[in-house]
Amino acid sequence: MASNDSDRGPTLLPAALKVLIAGGFGAGKTTMVGSISEITPLSTEEVMTEASLGVDDLSGVENKTTTTVALDFGRITISPELVLYLFGTPGQERFWFMWNELAAGALGAVVLADTRRLETCFPSVDFFERRGIPFVVAVNCFDGAAVYQPEEVRDALSLDPQIPVLLCDARVRESCKEVLITLIQHLQSRAASTV
Amino acid sequence: MSDRRTPDKASDGPGSPVRPYVMTEGREATNTVQLDMISVVISARGEVDELSLEPEQLAILDLCQRPLSVAEVAARLDIPVAVVKVLMGDLIARGYMLARAPYTIQHPVVGRDVLQAVLDGIQRL
Repeated sequence: MASNDSDRGPTLLPAALKVLIAGGFGAGKTTMVGSISEITPLSTEEVMTEASLGVDDLSGVENKTTTTVALDFGRITISPELVLYLFGTPGQERFWFMWNELAAGALGAVVLADTRRLETCFPSVDFFERRGIPFVVAVNCFDGAAVYQPEEVRDALSLDPQIPVLLCDARVRESCKEVLITLIQHLQSRAASTV
Repeated sequence: MSDRRTPDKASDGPGSPVRPYVMTEGREATNTVQLDMISVVISARGEVDELSLEPEQLAILDLCQRPLSVAEVAARLDIPVAVVKVLMGDLIARGYMLARAPYTIQHPVVGRDVLQAVLDGIQRL
């Protein structure tokens, strides 16, 4: 006899995929997630405990500091079988120990570059390059920010020629769509070149 | 030895980082189902022994009448992901909940189909 759960078997559950939205603090990560997500972006508050260093400890009491790290994410339903999650990565470098779980299994990443502070996206580029996670660089054009051409940004970041660099406006849905489409097409061309 | 995070620590007060782990009775996710932040879960149909569950577990079952990711459940219930994983691990082990692991692009051919589906889906937005 079929169980009550037969119509709720795991095969009827959608499988999820994730794309990371990285970049320096204030580069527009949360804005981009919000522009393209079908749900109001959600945030999980993760409590982190880390031993504090360089603190005089005369009492023998454990010196630990706790920090709350907010992870913002959104969702795009691709089909009944596929759901895409977009995770904004924590901007502060000291929370990078979270990145390994975030990065595990990620389809790819968008590195948002803020041309007012281009150097703030260096660590993200470095992180994805070292782990072999495919990414594109999207130069977020803030109002009044000096506008660089994509090739100037490519040179400044010393990016491989095959890594796409494009201008975007993280506040504009169509622009964010174009960034994601560029990323998926980049993944497709990588897949084609590996066989 | 059962509990490094003793229930006493619940008295640390609101906002204490210890409190969420009291729900899990000090356990961390080790011996249960490996859940990812984007594992998709759904509550199973059938009788639930409510008295044997934590209030947060009942809240999870209530919320997951339709498929949701672990991260969404954590955000909606305002419980850290690590804690949600432990609570769900129990629910899955007891048959109260079903989970599907995230898709990983490993097989190149399957990967291509999925990539095309994702591309089509984004273009339709």
